[in-house]
Amino acid sequence: MLTSRQTVEAYFLEARHMLLEVAALLDRHAAAVAREGGATDGSSGGSADKLAVLREALAVLAADRCAGERTVKLLELFARV
Amino acid sequence: MQIIQPHYHAIARTAQDYERMAMSGVVAVAEPAFWAGFDRKYPETFIDYFRQISEFEPTRAAQYGIRHFSWVAVNPKEAENPVLTREVLKTFPEFFAKPTVLGVGETGLHKSTPNECAALEAHVDIAMKHGQLVLIHTPHLADKAHGTKRVLEVLAGMNVDRERIWIDHVEEHTIRPCLDAGYWVGFTLYPITKCSPKRAVDMLEKYGTERILVNSSADWGPSDPFTLQECILEYRRRGHSLQDAIEVFHNNPCRFLGQNPKFDIQPIRVEPAGEPALAG
Repeated sequence: MLTSRQTVEAYFLEARHMLLEVAALLDRHAAAVAREGGATDGSSGGSADKLAVLREALAVLAADRCAGERTVKLLELFARV
Repeated sequence: MQIIQPHYHAIARTAQDYERMAMSGVVAVAEPAFWAGFDRKYPETFIDYFRQISEFEPTRAAQYGIRHFSWVAVNPKEAENPVLTREVLKTFPEFFAKPTVLGVGETGLHKSTPNECAALEAHVDIAMKHGQLVLIHTPHLADKAHGTKRVLEVLAGMNVDRERIWIDHVEEHTIRPCLDAGYWVGFTLYPITKCSPKRAVDMLEKYGTERILVNSSADWGPSDPFTLQECILEYRRRGHSLQDAIEVFHNNPCRFLGQNPKFDIQPIRVEPAGEPALAG
């Protein structure tokens, strides 16, 4: 099994790639909102809820400490949408 | 769909890739000279490598109906040996005369050392003197922003035809200064370490499609030539028409590479204006 240092070194580039994809999604959404004149989707379970869940998920990932597993927390969050 | 893969290291790939590219509509590839994974020691090693990609690879590609073109250069990593670089540069005119060699590439920067910058300048100089096209590699990952800035600084100090220079591997933080300076730019699609298909389409939608090439490079490391086709599918999925896709993924390579008359594949038009886009 990997040491803590090995874990970071082995998976850093992959994580970097995935976070860039998320950043690109948020940029893409912002560009679309701008094209639409700032209108947002207010429907329940709609894209606004999905974005909110994504942002909560990012906050979970960014926190220094997490009670329980982050993957479990994210799966519970994503189950809401 | 007819596709040109403008940056493809065929020497590092099996024939199965050619076969699958042919099945997916690739009609031509252009192969720059690159780092072999180790630093070559002798000028003759480079000469035989250039011979392989300019003489043998076209025959391998032709078995799948794909036209193959190539470029010559000393890779930035190997440019740390200036004596070797100078000796190899002397051989370039012989290769410029070959029927499928398009110019100098991929030159560029890796760590932006003085030797690398001097070699880049020498490569661009010989290309301009011989009327050749230029393909410039910008560094990977953390070195990219600084290296791209240095590339632009080196070029700004020279008398160059900017329409004949392609700065490759641009990403969101380096594309604008290269386009604003009047150069062609390329997006290189790698699974992890460079741009992705979705991000490439984002940049096409943000910056337009002029002077932009898309490629998947594909070499001996983790890479996938079919990220180019993945990008085309993403582009179409977002509502862009077949003709729009052909403009980017076939006609733009024709426009840039066709500045060398050896690249005689012409832009094509497949649908009249007003044809419906692929349903998203």
